[in-house]
Amino acid sequence: MAALDQVAMRAQVSACPACIAAPAAESLAASAAKKDARLMLSLPMAHCAVCIADVERELARHPGVRSARVNLTLKRVSVDAAPGIEAPALIARLAAIGYEAHELDPDVLSATDADRRGRDILMRIGVSGFAMMNIMLLSVAVWSGAEAATRDLFHWISAAIALPTVVFAGQPFFASAWASLRAGRLGMDVPISLAIVLASSISVFETMQSGRHAYFDAAVMLTFFLLIGRYLDYRTRAVARSAAEELAALEVPRAQLLRDGAETTVPAGSLRPGDLIRLRPGGRLPADGAVVEGTSETDRSLLTGESLPVWAGPGSLLCTGEVNLTGPLTLRVTAAGRDSSLHRMADLVAAAESAKNRYTSLADRMSRLYSPAVHVLAFASFLAWLKISGGDVRLAVNIAAAVLIITCPCALGLAVPAVVTSASGKLFRKGLLIKDGTALERLAEVDTVLFDKTGTLTMGLPEPQNLADLPRADLAVALALAQASSHPLAVALTEAAQTAGVAPAAVTDRREVPGYGIEGHWRGARVRLGRADWVGAETGALTATHLQIGGAAPRAITFADRLRPGAEAAVAAFLAAGKAVHLVSGDTSGAVSALAARLHIPHWHAGALPAQKAALVASLTQAGARVLMVGDGLNDTAALAGAHVSISPASALDAARTAADIVLLGADLAPVAEAVRVAVNARRRIKQNFAISLLYNAVAVPVAMLGFATPFVAALAMSLSSVTVSLNSLRLK
Amino acid sequence: MDALIFSIPISLLLGGIGLAAFFWALRHRQFEDPKGDSERILSPEWDDHPKP
Repeated sequence: MAALDQVAMRAQVSACPACIAAPAAESLAASAAKKDARLMLSLPMAHCAVCIADVERELARHPGVRSARVNLTLKRVSVDAAPGIEAPALIARLAAIGYEAHELDPDVLSATDADRRGRDILMRIGVSGFAMMNIMLLSVAVWSGAEAATRDLFHWISAAIALPTVVFAGQPFFASAWASLRAGRLGMDVPISLAIVLASSISVFETMQSGRHAYFDAAVMLTFFLLIGRYLDYRTRAVARSAAEELAALEVPRAQLLRDGAETTVPAGSLRPGDLIRLRPGGRLPADGAVVEGTSETDRSLLTGESLPVWAGPGSLLCTGEVNLTGPLTLRVTAAGRDSSLHRMADLVAAAESAKNRYTSLADRMSRLYSPAVHVLAFASFLAWLKISGGDVRLAVNIAAAVLIITCPCALGLAVPAVVTSASGKLFRKGLLIKDGTALERLAEVDTVLFDKTGTLTMGLPEPQNLADLPRADLAVALALAQASSHPLAVALTEAAQTAGVAPAAVTDRREVPGYGIEGHWRGARVRLGRADWVGAETGALTATHLQIGGAAPRAITFADRLRPGAEAAVAAFLAAGKAVHLVSGDTSGAVSALAARLHIPHWHAGALPAQKAALVASLTQAGARVLMVGDGLNDTAALAGAHVSISPASALDAARTAADIVLLGADLAPVAEAVRVAVNARRRIKQNFAISLLYNAVAVPVAMLGFATPFVAALAMSLSSVTVSLNSLRLK
Repeated sequence: MDALIFSIPISLLLGGIGLAAFFWALRHRQFEDPKGDSERILSPEWDDHPKP
């Protein structure tokens, strides 16, 4: 009967798949529409109990919001709301009570997976900590002189606790040792795993023979301390990753799609070549496109480094990432997503990365010397004792195991993670995010610093330079014209003139000609403020706007980029520290040399294409320099990837931030110089930690090789060295 | 020495309870927002009755 039913069903399905699929799709669409909104907002200003209560109460009052929960550690709030609730409404509500909030793209944040790994290590630490404490207490009885049957009893109980613990908690080490052995390398985890396994098995054997020494406590203690090192390591990376993800999630790229005359907001990822999109002044272009309608100027400083706005009109081809300045534009998309010019830069980055040879960290170099030495020492003491005792294998294996346990890099496993955790926490509070584990070490070795100009040393905000040279009456006209526009140069001019106390002249019939400038009438004459070719002036080397009054010769008002706060301090600090500083930019030589002179930068390179920037980094590296590249633009990505270590500000394009090792979270550039100092200190601490653990080994190893090591000595040496190393790391300033 | 027969299992049991409590805390995401939890305790909002 059941078989018949099945046949009938299959027949029905094959007869008309669409009949069944269509209602299914309908209900799917309906359920998708009904799905609750889960929103994630970033709250950079939240810091106390009052903030939590305020934000949660205010959001709960919003109609349709079911629950809101603030996570203060991550400075985020997650909101469960009825369908149709959108982030801007909630952001406005929070802004009204004085909290800054930004929408985060929940798809980019993959916190759950990382969470599970962290909890997994924590659980292993918990188990091994519990086992260590119990075995240690049982061992105290043995050390204080328990004899015969009592000692055996304690050993058996210890074994019952230690063996399952080692099997469960030691898995990360066994897995990584197995992986490195298969790859034919001898990593740090091989001696660790060997010591844990040997210590456990020799102890079981000794216990069966009613022997005096068992190393159960040592095996579990090793796992415990090394797991702490692993957790610190993981934690640093997880914090950096989640902060980097948050930066990416802050940009929710959207596009205004024009279809049948109606405008809809769609995610930028869904654009296809041939789509018509509208770009308002101030908007960033979400895809490559050709202008169909409208004239304007675009700012492409993030792409090429040039600070001069570029004219755009019907037929102009614009690239992803350019910012529209004056008039609304309608564009036909020519390439979107992975095919856009933004992504084509990825090839250049990949090439630069492969050219950069793999960096071997201090820990790698240490373990390369250490692992073979440990194995040789243990094996040598086994052979020597075999000869001395005349073939007593049990004694020789016992001593070899003691050597392995004592040399086991408990303190070495903590030496690097403890310092890196402490240093990156320190730098994070100063506004620097370390994305890569070895970036700190590489930063300590830097002797040459390369700065990009636009967007890195400067803010990309113009400032008029020669207002004092202009007659007051002209300035009044310029102000009146500039007030009619939201072009960045006009805004800067308005601001500066008003600060100087200029009152606008009575200019009538003001109108903005998108892509060219502003036009009006003043005392019967036509007045214009705008591009050089529009008013009949020569185009100069510097960013400028031009003022024309009637038939008089046009006057240029020149602009320079405003310096990023802390730029002067950072450059001065690097120069004072004796590092070579270079300025490299895609901008004109006039603008670049002016900035170099202002900041006293000795070497500058203008008009550099992206490939030339990367080539400059490569040639400096070939000459033996360790280059730190600081840049933000798309044109810097290849140089960022090719440099020994690289920093990019949070305002940079996503591609640049991805290529950089360190991200500067604030607007201030001064922490960059500070970061190098902290990195140098951190490297010194790491070396000290290595020295401390080697010193303990130098004392303990001869004791072990001479056969005097007891489980008590091993436990003492291990815990003392681990604690000293951890304390030393905390001294980092 | 007969006391050992009781005292060792009892000490292991007590330690095991602690370990179980740690597991429970990990499973229930008690370590997700340590900074927020330390601040939340200062809020008087749900002092009189628990949050519904």
